[in-house]
Amino acid sequence: MGFYIVQFLTGLSSASALFLVASGLSIIFGVTRIVNFTHGSFYMLGAFIAYSLVGVLDGFFGFWISVILSAMAVGLIAVLMEMLILRRIYQAPELFQLVATFGPILIIQDLALDIWGPEDLFGASAPGMDGAITIMGTPMPEYDLALIALSAVVLGGLWLLFNKTRWGTLVRAATEDRDMISALGVNQKWLFTGVFFLGSFLAALGGAAQVPKGGASLIMDFEILAPIFVVVVIGGMGSIPGAFMAALLISELNVFGILVWPESTLVLMFLVMAVVLILRPWGLFGKPEAPGQHGQVGAPEQPYRPLSRKANTLFAAVLGLLLVLPVFASDFSLVLVMDMVVLSLFAASIHFLMGPGGMVSFGHAAYFGGGAYAVALITSHFELPMEVAFFMGPLGACALALLFGWFCVRRSGVYLAMLTLAFAQVAWSVVFQWGELTGGDDGIIGIWPSPWLGSKAAYYYFTLFFGVGGIMVLRRTLFTPFGYAMRACRDSALRSASIGIDVNRQQWLAFAFSGALAGLAGSLFVYSKGSIFPDEMSLARSFDGLIMVLLGGVKTLAGPVAGASAFTWLDDVISRLDYWRVILGSLIILIVLAFPQGIAGFFRERFGVWFGQETDT
Amino acid sequence: MTDMGLAVRSLEKSFGGVIAVNNLNFDLPVGQLLALIGPNGAGKSTSFNILNGQLKPTSGTVKFKGVELVGLSPKEIWRHGVGRTFQITATYASMTVCENVQMALLSYHRRLYSLLPIAARLYREEALALLEHVGMVDQENRPCSVLAYGDLKRVELAVALANNPTLLLMDEPTAGMAPKERIELMALTNKIVNERGISVLFTEHDMDVVFTHADRIIVLDRGTLVAEGTPEEVRNDEHVRRIYLGSHHA
Ligand SMILES: Nc1ncnc2c1ncn2[C@@H]1O[C@H](COP(=O)(O)OP(=O)(O)OP(=O)(O)O)[C@@H](O)[C@H]1O
Ligand SMILES: [Mg+2]
Repeated sequence: MGFYIVQFLTGLSSASALFLVASGLSIIFGVTRIVNFTHGSFYMLGAFIAYSLVGVLDGFFGFWISVILSAMAVGLIAVLMEMLILRRIYQAPELFQLVATFGPILIIQDLALDIWGPEDLFGASAPGMDGAITIMGTPMPEYDLALIALSAVVLGGLWLLFNKTRWGTLVRAATEDRDMISALGVNQKWLFTGVFFLGSFLAALGGAAQVPKGGASLIMDFEILAPIFVVVVIGGMGSIPGAFMAALLISELNVFGILVWPESTLVLMFLVMAVVLILRPWGLFGKPEAPGQHGQVGAPEQPYRPLSRKANTLFAAVLGLLLVLPVFASDFSLVLVMDMVVLSLFAASIHFLMGPGGMVSFGHAAYFGGGAYAVALITSHFELPMEVAFFMGPLGACALALLFGWFCVRRSGVYLAMLTLAFAQVAWSVVFQWGELTGGDDGIIGIWPSPWLGSKAAYYYFTLFFGVGGIMVLRRTLFTPFGYAMRACRDSALRSASIGIDVNRQQWLAFAFSGALAGLAGSLFVYSKGSIFPDEMSLARSFDGLIMVLLGGVKTLAGPVAGASAFTWLDDVISRLDYWRVILGSLIILIVLAFPQGIAGFFRERFGVWFGQETDT
Repeated sequence: MTDMGLAVRSLEKSFGGVIAVNNLNFDLPVGQLLALIGPNGAGKSTSFNILNGQLKPTSGTVKFKGVELVGLSPKEIWRHGVGRTFQITATYASMTVCENVQMALLSYHRRLYSLLPIAARLYREEALALLEHVGMVDQENRPCSVLAYGDLKRVELAVALANNPTLLLMDEPTAGMAPKERIELMALTNKIVNERGISVLFTEHDMDVVFTHADRIIVLDRGTLVAEGTPEEVRNDEHVRRIYLGSHHA
């Protein structure tokens, strides 16, 4: 009996960090409608700063003062970011806001690396709470109890704040009805900034309080994102009780699941999320989002026209250049160009879904990496020839996208994006943790193409064929009835339903189609590198894809190719520099703020009429 | 009870505590133009949304040509020949006028999953014929995003006609239009009804339009049917006068 009680309390204590961080995210989202990806970094920073402060301030009180101080410090850093970056883009399309919050992640990673070094830091136990008490014969760490108390205090504090203070009432009003804020006569700017402080404070508090148990490390930022997204999705966006219940549910499942079936915890998380979403599509405590347009924001796209003569010529010229490249280029540059082609296909598959499809996928690496893993697994377990195994990439990715997409397309906008991310992270964790099958962190190596493709040049042509071919298929599909119907669902779901289009089904198949082509890119990738590691399925990879699309421009069909090529080249150049993350992060922020239309969009604006691609109205 | 028309019985819809439609009963025989009027928030759009399957009623039945529509999806209801236009126009902003109509035709001809042909080349003639009908042929190649509001309403009408509907639901077809345009659009609707022998249920705040064009009128107030009859009867109804006197709906 005592064992089960302790087990339950352990679950409660590990729910504490999840709840703190997730409720912070939820509060910020509720008011500003921004899903702040930097949230994970604030959690990490909270841990690092607390680690340093605890070294200076001694004793029981010193410890808790350090925790509070570091949360305050991070809150201030967050305010700085809000005022410098986010204030300029509250009116911008969702995607820009999301990507803008990705820039600071990179900058913070480099700064943390610089200040605290690359090693994981182990926190000393909390003074005065390093013992254990015994519950019916089973020991229970005191600090776990302290964490439970902390989340109770925060939960109570938030309740008081939102129900008993004027400011809290304003925040609640703003969450329920955004248009009301201006009507209330409050200074909206400072309300947003205040909310941002509070939310980030909670994230850092979660990180700081975690130090005696888990220490501080550089991977904390991404590690926390998946579980908190799952928590927010299950609990319902913007709901604090929802965040609490969901954090509890997930944590308890974890501690008890581990007893029954140790490898099951991630699968359980997935199953719980799936079940909740089937029963309550808006989460346990969430409210249905207003039905409306799917994803498209800002000025509508121009109608599609076939490529003009000049644009066709340009395309042919680029293709011609690519075809003769092996004659004079070094192996090294061939590899770079292959990477460009593969990632262009990956970016094009994201763009297909996100631009014309209006479905922003934050987890497309799941299908890229999923395709690559499908190939690698089939090859290493069944000895299939490359000519067959290659096609397992698109097939496997398509199957995965059918599974995940079924849930995702039932939501729209930010909710859909969060869901894609949560699913992708589950897929990543399965690959990462199911070491017996996937090799875990060591990946799967020795996946090479057949001998006839053995030379760099031969595989280059193979890549060109499937890569450029895939991109052309994606582009052409946009002009077919299938592509039109997908775009119709984005433009107006209401109209589409009333002319007999099954919106969910249309979007589901489009999701799978895009997933299959991301999987094709994964197939090409795995044979060009000879190996595959979980990194290729990670959040960072998904974000790379999004940045490529954004860099190229969302509203042009050539955008993803331009973006992916530029990104790959840039990455190759700056990743050799120190502080490349700072450079890349700043660049992302700069692009979002200064060139929201992207490279291709920029060229189209300047030279579009000359290319005959601009239709005047 | 008409077998071929629309028969609505005991229709109810509540949102939480708000009763938007309360025990609504009416018939719409084939070939008639029936106006559904009432002040803002009377439950007109809600009734439309129930009829085309976008909303599930709390209770009640809707029979169309003898088929029960309650419980069917918008797609299935559309397949039974029900077209609709929206109070706030819903068109595809990133497509041309012609493509908007072609989209409906693609759906009608069950080509939505086709991956080979070029969509803009399919059913173009048919689409142009429909646009001809509503007088939008000359703007066929313009993006819908740049059209005047009145023109958008006409595109919507062409789209709604694409599946040869036998029942057309038009939610405020002339809202936001200049008076001259209103008369033109309703004359057009009248013509289409006569030519094709379809039934139309429409809502409208412009009483001139209603009294000139409707064959029959039903009046809704806070979800409840308060009057029903020919324009003449409704014009003289005590309750209707009370609702509309003082509060002028232009
Ligand atoms: N999705 C919804 N959730 C809650 N209440 C709703 C919803 N849709 C409509 N209502 C309420 O139902 C009532 C009827 O609304 P409806 O839109 O049907 O009115 P209407 O007659 O079309 O008005 P208008 O002339 O302004 O278009 C209103 O009180 C409205 O607030
Ligand atoms: Mg209405």
